[in-house]
Amino acid sequence: MNLLNTFFNIPVFLNSLPQLLWGLVVTLQIGITSILVGLGGGLFLAVARLYAPAFFQVLIRIYIDIFRSIPLLVLLIVVYYALPFVGIRLSPFLSAVTALSLVSAAYTAEIFRAGIEAIPHGQFEASAALGLSGRSTMMDIILPQAIRIVIPPLTNNCINVMKDTALASVVAMPDLLKQATQAQALNANPTPLIGAALIYIALLWPMVAVVARLEKHYSRGKR
Amino acid sequence: MAKTTGPLISIRRLNKAYGTFTVLHDIDLDVAECEVVCIIGPSGSGKSTLIRCINHLEAFSPNSTITVDGIRVAPGPALAKVRAEVGMVFQSFNLFPHMTVLRNVMLAPMRVRKASPEDAERKARELLARVGISEQAEKFPGQLSGGQQQRVAIARALAMEPGVLLFDEPTSSLDPEMVGEVLDVMRKLAGTGVTMIIVTHEMGFARQVADRVIFMDAGRLVEAGTPAEIFDNPREERTRSFLRAVLNH
Repeated sequence: MNLLNTFFNIPVFLNSLPQLLWGLVVTLQIGITSILVGLGGGLFLAVARLYAPAFFQVLIRIYIDIFRSIPLLVLLIVVYYALPFVGIRLSPFLSAVTALSLVSAAYTAEIFRAGIEAIPHGQFEASAALGLSGRSTMMDIILPQAIRIVIPPLTNNCINVMKDTALASVVAMPDLLKQATQAQALNANPTPLIGAALIYIALLWPMVAVVARLEKHYSRGKR
Repeated sequence: MAKTTGPLISIRRLNKAYGTFTVLHDIDLDVAECEVVCIIGPSGSGKSTLIRCINHLEAFSPNSTITVDGIRVAPGPALAKVRAEVGMVFQSFNLFPHMTVLRNVMLAPMRVRKASPEDAERKARELLARVGISEQAEKFPGQLSGGQQQRVAIARALAMEPGVLLFDEPTSSLDPEMVGEVLDVMRKLAGTGVTMIIVTHEMGFARQVADRVIFMDAGRLVEAGTPAEIFDNPREERTRSFLRAVLNH
């Protein structure tokens, strides 16, 4: 009974629930903004890497490699605590979104590149032979086919971004985890932390299940 | 397409090499309007590479020149014009699998010629009827047989109203019972005054429809002539031995 009272204390949970839900809203704001910016940036990087002059291709390659290597927590702390020394002061929200988007764009670019490269070369040749412009080849022929291939890995990446939003609590962002730790301190009881964990699971489990279904769907050779 | 006095396609000293390996060696070839040219020869002789140079799917030596209707084939803005005038049918069809058959045929006229969707659709249905697959218009390529897919590919190329059609071994990846239906469509086309350059292993077809047959070997244009000259009376020993090998098996 002591255990239940410690970890699943109903009065404490109900008491802290509004605070947790506010945290959830902030988490969703950071997560969705970062996912959208990361998707746009990643798609741009992937296409630019195919068509840009060689010099920019190298720059993009370097960008992707750096942001896939740097630990997100380190990047976030650099953005929030180091950039002010050179006069760039970002709010906790912008810091979190910047760090998450930079990294997500790098991963997304790699996912899109793999998707584009999976399209048979004959599709590019048929487009060229018909006289389609590079833009039309991408928009009408290649990307619609590539997107089907990249939906499962992209969804996986979205899940990762959502989970990584929890790191924003280290820059004092009142996200779900931060609210939970504050509520825990206030109540001298860890139930809010358990509540936060359950909310994360409730949020992401459906997405995980969707990925599993999509992967099964696309592996059946439907193209 | 504008009438020119010279040949429609003119190829001068066409050379191409992969590193030190020569794929095409000093090819000279003129193709007149309305002419049907069949290119035969052993695998790896450079037949496909030759026609893929005409719409610059393959790069070639900068000292070589190819002109299509007076426009020089080279990377740059003029290339889109050449490609709009030169239709191509591939060995592996290369239809767009995510679009219906109808949409496959409509797309390029809409995007390149800026045709209205209504005009493009009317034209596409007309062409699909011409190649005998109107009832498949709403299906996706994956639901069609190989022969049907290749006929869609021909309709797709025709939709651009090209001055020239290039065929890169159009029946080589088809099941034997479907070769006939595709050749029939091509035979009908040849009768309508479309300029065609066809890389093929179908000797009977080449003899029947070609105005001129070209024999290639090891990247060189060995011999060219009427079907009767090439098939009945080849001058070159290499042509003779090739024909012996493919006709008597």
